[in-house]
Amino acid sequence: MKARSTTTTAVLKINDEDHAVAFPVHHTLLEVLREECGLTGTKHGCELGECGACAVLVDGEPVLSCLMLAAEAGDRNIETIEGLQRNNDLHPLQTAFADLGATQCGYCIPGILMLAKALLEREPDPSEGQIREALSGNLCRCTGYNRIVLAVQWAAAMARGDDWRPPPEAFHSTSLPQASA
Amino acid sequence: MPKSDSKPAVKASKDNPELRLIGTPFRRVDGRTKVTGQLQFADDLSFPRMVYVKLVRSTVPHANIKNIDCSEARKMPGVVDIMLGEELPVPYGILPVSRDEHALAINKVRFVGDPVAAVAALTEDQAHEAALAVKVKYEVLPTIDSIQTALKTPEPRIHEYGDEGNLHKKVSLEFGAVDEGFEQADVVLEDTVFFQGNTHLPIEQHAAVAVAEDEDRVTLYSSTQTPHYVHRALARVLQIPASRIRVIACSVGGGFGGKTDPFNHEIIVTKLALKLGRPVKATLTREEVFYCHRGRHPVLMNLRTGFRKDGSMTAQHLRTALDGGGYGSYGVASTFYTGALQTTTYTLPAYRFEAVRAFTNKPPCGPKRGHGTPQPRFAYEIHLDKAAEKLRIDPAELRLRNLLPANSVTANWLEVGSTGLRQCIEAVVAGSGWKERYGKLPEGRGLGLACGAYMCGAGLPIYWNHMPQSGVQLKLDRSGGVAIFCGQAEVGQGSDSVLAAIVAEILGISLADVRLCVADTDLTPVDLGSYSSRVTLMMGQAAMQAAERARELIAKAVGAQLEIPENYLVFADNRVFYSGDPDKGLSFSEAVIAAEARFGTLGTTGSYTPPRAPGRYRGAGVGPSPTYSFTAAILEVEVDPQTGLYNVDHVWLAHDIGRAINPVLVLGQIEGSVYMGLGEAIMEEQEFRRLPKRLSPSLVHKMPSLLEYKSPGFHDMPEITSYLVETDDERGPFGAKEVGQGPLLPIMPALANAVYDAVGVRVDQVPIRPDLVLKGLQAKAKGKEARVGPANFPEIDFGDPVLVHTPEQGGDGRAVDDPKAKRRTGVGSSTGTMKERDQALKEKDSAALTTN
Amino acid sequence: MLRLPPIDYRSPQRLEEVIATLASENVRLVAGGTDLWPNMKRRHQLADTVVSLMSVPGLRGIEHGKDGVKIGALTSLADIVRDDKMRALWPAFTRAVASISSPPLRSMATIGGNLCVDTRCTYYNQTEEWRRSIDYCLKEKGTICWVATKSPRCWAHSASDSAPILCALDAQVKLIGPDGERVIPVSALFRDDGIDYLCKKSDEILTELLIPAGSDQDHCRSAFWKLRRRGSIDFAVLSVAAAVWTDTKNTVTRATVYLGAVGSSPVSIDVESLLVGQPLNEDLIKQVAQRAQKAATPMDNTDFAAAWRGKMANNYTHAALNEIAGLPVRCAPPKHGLTVV
Ligand SMILES: Cc1cc2nc3c(=O)[nH]c(=O)nc-3n(C[C@H](O)[C@H](O)[C@H](O)COP(=O)(O)OP(=O)(O)OC[C@H]3O[C@@H](n4cnc5c(N)ncnc54)[C@H](O)[C@@H]3O)c2cc1C
Ligand code: SF4
Ligand code: FES
Ligand code: FES
Repeated sequence: MKARSTTTTAVLKINDEDHAVAFPVHHTLLEVLREECGLTGTKHGCELGECGACAVLVDGEPVLSCLMLAAEAGDRNIETIEGLQRNNDLHPLQTAFADLGATQCGYCIPGILMLAKALLEREPDPSEGQIREALSGNLCRCTGYNRIVLAVQWAAAMARGDDWRPPPEAFHSTSLPQASA
Repeated sequence: MPKSDSKPAVKASKDNPELRLIGTPFRRVDGRTKVTGQLQFADDLSFPRMVYVKLVRSTVPHANIKNIDCSEARKMPGVVDIMLGEELPVPYGILPVSRDEHALAINKVRFVGDPVAAVAALTEDQAHEAALAVKVKYEVLPTIDSIQTALKTPEPRIHEYGDEGNLHKKVSLEFGAVDEGFEQADVVLEDTVFFQGNTHLPIEQHAAVAVAEDEDRVTLYSSTQTPHYVHRALARVLQIPASRIRVIACSVGGGFGGKTDPFNHEIIVTKLALKLGRPVKATLTREEVFYCHRGRHPVLMNLRTGFRKDGSMTAQHLRTALDGGGYGSYGVASTFYTGALQTTTYTLPAYRFEAVRAFTNKPPCGPKRGHGTPQPRFAYEIHLDKAAEKLRIDPAELRLRNLLPANSVTANWLEVGSTGLRQCIEAVVAGSGWKERYGKLPEGRGLGLACGAYMCGAGLPIYWNHMPQSGVQLKLDRSGGVAIFCGQAEVGQGSDSVLAAIVAEILGISLADVRLCVADTDLTPVDLGSYSSRVTLMMGQAAMQAAERARELIAKAVGAQLEIPENYLVFADNRVFYSGDPDKGLSFSEAVIAAEARFGTLGTTGSYTPPRAPGRYRGAGVGPSPTYSFTAAILEVEVDPQTGLYNVDHVWLAHDIGRAINPVLVLGQIEGSVYMGLGEAIMEEQEFRRLPKRLSPSLVHKMPSLLEYKSPGFHDMPEITSYLVETDDERGPFGAKEVGQGPLLPIMPALANAVYDAVGVRVDQVPIRPDLVLKGLQAKAKGKEARVGPANFPEIDFGDPVLVHTPEQGGDGRAVDDPKAKRRTGVGSSTGTMKERDQALKEKDSAALTTN
Repeated sequence: MLRLPPIDYRSPQRLEEVIATLASENVRLVAGGTDLWPNMKRRHQLADTVVSLMSVPGLRGIEHGKDGVKIGALTSLADIVRDDKMRALWPAFTRAVASISSPPLRSMATIGGNLCVDTRCTYYNQTEEWRRSIDYCLKEKGTICWVATKSPRCWAHSASDSAPILCALDAQVKLIGPDGERVIPVSALFRDDGIDYLCKKSDEILTELLIPAGSDQDHCRSAFWKLRRRGSIDFAVLSVAAAVWTDTKNTVTRATVYLGAVGSSPVSIDVESLLVGQPLNEDLIKQVAQRAQKAATPMDNTDFAAAWRGKMANNYTHAALNEIAGLPVRCAPPKHGLTVV
């Protein structure tokens, strides 16, 4: 039952740029993005749909690139982390994540940013519950998540032109209570 | 000449109230690359002609290898090479005392997942297909599946070394008059507690790529926290000079201690790159990461403490039994760590510590965030909660009464400098409304308090030497840019930012003018790596020294040029200027030009070596640190008495950070520690399946996947309130201490204590699963003891104790010259290579076996 | 990186072609792939050829009508959750769908695939290498069921979250095969066998799901409770789906309760004999909950202690029926709500 895999070709539209690629038909979008297109910004932590690190947007919808054959991605609009900034300007999500320390090792961040982007496009002013739900398929082992939620709220505000900022205690210590007698 | 009203400039130092960068929240230096996808992790690298390696791993837990048949696999498409153990015969291991690993098993396998063969092929697909076709015949040996089995089964031995049978390491230490202490106690409390093993679970799976440059020159790129130790291991195993091997640690996608050992795949790709003359890559699958493990040891503990009526402690006796898994790893150190830091938070006049680490047929345990301390800290802090109840003293008050004073030397000879634990406890007590609410909340709701302390870097390096633990080099030139070279590895904790900020602060330049070159054994001075919370303090001190030396050179040159005494020069805002007249000065690049003209090419270095700790007994090497961080936490929990399900609503945590170099990063470390602590407290378990003995010898990881090994997600985090307590420690750079590990320690016991406050059930083990809480509730309803936890601690012969007089007793830090104590020295060693040790054992030269 | 084994992959545009391809040896069908691809990467499901439904037009979409709603088999779980009418009319069903794994997975996964999802077991959902080390098991290549070593059958548990609630709501599915099409109740789609868990031929394709108007919010009250460790990603280790029809006097005229993940198929609880003709009250609910606990067969092959899951079947059934009856729910609710994103 040893099947020989066939090779196929496709023109993938990634971040509005066409990539003509040849790849074995059993390769996932994750593999083709990283290995054929050189777009290594998309990460992987399980390859089984369990961590969200590989998330990209296909036609605006977040998908797990480890569970989608690249062969199914032709003629569709693929967005990856590399396309989030415009020229040399960061997307508000990127600014907020960088400035709030919402990224530590940074490995889970590309996937999370793509999910957050999809959310903000659907819902410019998401509730905390919506942010948590939207990002809930993405595991992070460094941050403890709360700072990420806050960063998304901050980015949403920036994108709306609202000057809301995370509270001071997100940047500094909560003020210490007066020493007891 | 200076104007009469001008004052000498205040240098950027911890006494300087006018720090510009240190203490302010700034964007981490790698922040931008981490949000753009630009940053390359090890698996993101690829090179022309690169081949891929897949490891064939043992499918049996304990066996002799009878035969490895690669004939079919070799014929498969794309296969370039298949390597077996005999090509890498030299053993290695992170600790010189337990070099018990081979890159590929030779003759024997010790757990399911132990690598047996390495297949290199043109694609990873092909390597995997061929790896599946390698056939290994095993002669199965009895499965040692637990501490209990290891204690009962001295033969067959998993390793041919170790203190006895399948016991890798035995420790028995006694500080002060323990028995008398217990006699003086009004109340003696005893607890038996179990802390389940768990793993780091970095989202990045380990990856390594090696590129050969010549017959005997090679570069390894790896996701490692400790490039220096990998470098040493490679030189040893490949038997080529270290100078021909270059190790570059890529940015690490999460480590937490899981990437601090030299690993099989790192050695294998390097060997293969040299053998094949082409780049070789290995990226582990998630399952393989579970097999690398080196995570939290499962530890069974028994803790007995004597208290006086006023809550003060008279003596403590702690026994620990660690399930070490199949190899040594950091295990000897881990074993000592299950007792070493027990004395750092509260005054303990007499202390006996006995420990044993067993070899079992599971992936090896090692250091995970908190290395060895979370387990006994858990036992201690729930123990204190029970003591408080018994003595009718508020738990916060009990801790405050027992606080170890600043600048103490503990019973086991640790020098504790500054301590902010009092402020920490006061902060969380006030923040959580403890006084009004503890013990008074409605049934089902509760508060729990716990504390902890952690090292800011291990006082001793992993291998004995007299060199600095951290080195920093600066290169300055006429461009005005400053390049910093340092061997430290950024693993997400923000060490790059600390390094850049310290140099930028001292030289008065902006972060954008600093360029970092880190974690490259060819180009950067040695730093031992990102473990034991050592980087901020040690690298920070080295960086300060290097930057201060550079500032001195520049000041000399600028002073001469502008005719201003050097100490009147201010370095700030990318300028060097006269403190009396800021207009009089040079831009930083002009200043460097002046210095370069005067002194020639500019470069400075800085080093850091920790102060020597006062302990001189065998085992004193584990625990000392330049200084310690302190943490207090309170958790609020709501328990559903119907089901045992519970929810942590809020965490208040105060941490003695010494000084926050970048508060945003400090807060991030606190939140990450709380998260990881909650994971351990609530759900994480490195669990194994033992198939029915009569049918199979199999012992497999129960759930080596991100789906079934449960780690908390976005919906599982409570609100966190963080307080930073700044004690401005004189031993830290700008007063800073660690924050990467300490804040994790109190979380697990605080949860157990909160559950007790909520429903009156004591869960003396972690994780605190809902079915355990329910079991406790059911017992309580039946009028039985509302406690869940291990029933008893096994009988273990720890050997005669090494006796050490405490400072209080007028001791000198050495073991008491007791013939009984001496007899044991030949057994467990704490330094030297295995060979040296074996030799010493043969020659009965016990002196060669001692560290200090 | 864990990768798929080499395969031949086809994505025809005609359903007949898909069906014809399925007639050959070693062919598997894929829709969203969120179940099949992981299983193939771990190599406990293998195929020479995989044929996809995704290019077949007309199998996607939600069509509301007066008899109820028709949902194409390829409709994504995300689309179902986002459908306002679905949430209004079948809240328990949408809640179940919203509880499946995580948002990115829900935008790939299909409802048809969810109903046909493979049964699960922690001795089975493991890589080839792992399974070699236990010498496999009954469900794939082996001879022993490690969960119950004396058992002649496989106890892998039903994993679909939509299945129990669709059974409870009297939903039907349309199957099309070489011999034509048939419509069967969802409850008749499943078989209590961990290996052969579907009562459909391997070349029959589920094309449509029909939920009758008779079980919408205007006609019955329903509830769905899912137990799992975390607030997302995880499969159920127990789920309870319940629907109750009452007359104007609040007397129960019909009632259904199904349990998920505690049997190889959705487990039907005999509730009609207790409830019909009576108004729902605490006492009756207690009895139903006890029956649920008895009927559940939680095994040690998923997360959490099996015995506790059995006990939870009682608690959650109680909670689900209390929710329906408008009685106070004392049990801690799952962490996930029905949040639309
Ligand atoms: C991390 C993770 C978590 C998950 N959590 C959950 C969960 O909480 N609850 C849950 O229910 N599921 C869960 N799943 C399983 C799975 O993702 C879902 O059940 C999903 O709905 C399957 O749909 P699909 O279209 O992706 O199926 P596919 O993988 O395409 O197919 C699944 C199976 O159904 C067959 N099939 C698909 N479509 C049809 C059809 N139209 N006619 C006949 N046969 C068909 C396929 O041949 C295959 O055997 C999870 C999966 C992962 C990876
Ligand atoms: S229930 Fe038994 S036969 Fe079925 S998958 Fe699990 S172990 Fe295998
Ligand atoms: S790599 Fe795709 S979900 Fe983990
Ligand atoms: S930042 Fe490291 S895993 Fe999320």
